[in-house]
Amino acid sequence: MSVRERLRVVGAEPVGPYTLLRVARGGLETGVPGQFFMLEAPGRLLPRPMSLCLAPPGELAFLIDPIGSGTRALCALGRCDALTVLGPLGNGFRLDVARPLLVGGGIGVAPFPFLSEALGRPPALLGFRSAHHAEAAALVPNAEVVLDPEYVTARLRGGYDVLACGPEPMLEAVRALAPGAQLAWEAPMACGYGACYGCAVEIGGEWKRLCVEGPVLRAA
Amino acid sequence: MLLNASGCLDALTAPETARAFDAFVTKTVTPLPREGNAPVRIAETESGMLNSIGLANPGRERFLAEVLPRLRELDLPIWVSVGGFSAREYAETCEQLEGIAAIELNLSCPNVDEAPESAAEIVAACRERTTLPLFAKLSPAAWDIAENARAVAAAGSDGLSLVNTIRGLALDERTLTPKLGAAFGGLSGPALRPIALAAVYACSRAVDLPIVGMGGVRTGRDALDLLACGSSAVALGTVLFADPEAPSRVRAELVAELAARGLERPEDAVGLAHAERLLIRKPLDFAVKALV
Repeated sequence: MSVRERLRVVGAEPVGPYTLLRVARGGLETGVPGQFFMLEAPGRLLPRPMSLCLAPPGELAFLIDPIGSGTRALCALGRCDALTVLGPLGNGFRLDVARPLLVGGGIGVAPFPFLSEALGRPPALLGFRSAHHAEAAALVPNAEVVLDPEYVTARLRGGYDVLACGPEPMLEAVRALAPGAQLAWEAPMACGYGACYGCAVEIGGEWKRLCVEGPVLRAA
Repeated sequence: MLLNASGCLDALTAPETARAFDAFVTKTVTPLPREGNAPVRIAETESGMLNSIGLANPGRERFLAEVLPRLRELDLPIWVSVGGFSAREYAETCEQLEGIAAIELNLSCPNVDEAPESAAEIVAACRERTTLPLFAKLSPAAWDIAENARAVAAAGSDGLSLVNTIRGLALDERTLTPKLGAAFGGLSGPALRPIALAAVYACSRAVDLPIVGMGGVRTGRDALDLLACGSSAVALGTVLFADPEAPSRVRAELVAELAARGLERPEDAVGLAHAERLLIRKPLDFAVKALV
């Protein structure tokens, strides 16, 4: 059940180039790993979708890449600030997998700390563009790090239930190698609850609103 | 009277938000299914947002068979937004609609090619095929929107929806290429508000049709401005994306704004921006009856 509430910022810590924004949980539930929340971006018109990174007691924590005006505003928040949060939203990862392997690229690592805990700390394969970005891998237990120009898909082994999150070309490559993989997609969205149709993407010949039908979709 | 702007709410995924309105306006329905424009479809700007959804919809046949029956279960007055690429297409869809409160003719989507006929010709074609209330949704991009208002009024429109989005473009800060896949999009949000006020002000002097005002409304005060300019009802669009609870909030704020000015009802504020009294217009009640 998603709830919209104004939440207090508890802390904001740098993790490589990213910021881990921690807010008091209030009446919001954590949801399932891979679900997301719409975070009010101070001074901006539209909220920004963020998957839950960690769920410390009484808190929700989001890993944010400051790539635009909204995410920069979110990363600039500090203790005593407050922001309106709506969530959890969308469909998360299915956790009934026998041999999970987390495969992530860049800020796609965001939902993995929470997911890793839920799955009993399975192995993870994480790709980053630099050692600085790869500092985020410290949030994920049992992670093997790959740096550009090498791709995570080059190290993908068979026999695993792949759960992946990252840039679209990476997800497409994972899908080709692991047809049963669960993939967390991303698209700009205005609302997060099916109203704007902004996040519709064509996947496997079908158009889906990622916010209500995803963001996690089965590859096959 | 508060409505949602077409394309800014899906009553089936957010029924509680829909129920907070006096009527639900559907996303535009076209004769054939449309997948819509290629991503990216949404971009925020300094004081608004651009969308290039491109009238994605399941098409008339599936809308009538699958979507409309489910919308009816919500027990809300339904306005169906109708689109097309010729007057004949609009008219054929209008003819097949029944048991709804009103039809809004989307004559002004900035994201798709326009029908070759004028707005008035499309309204006239639809008028021949339906007795349902027709609301013509006009573009604010016209040089003289009041002239368009007179033309659609003469063609048989029962009301006006003012305004649709206006074409805009935004560039990616890193690549300096258009953010949207289709390059152009429709600008909405606060940037559109003064444009909507001007359109409502001008059209309310030109015709005596009831007007649904919309464009960048975020607060009760914004809604009051539209009423003062001459609209009889207000629709919320972009604000819903950030705040699904906006209808009840805006309603409460409007009540407070009216009370602070010694006004009892929203109707008392209609036209206050004009020096001269506006022509009396038909109350909008006819368009919010939940017809069975």
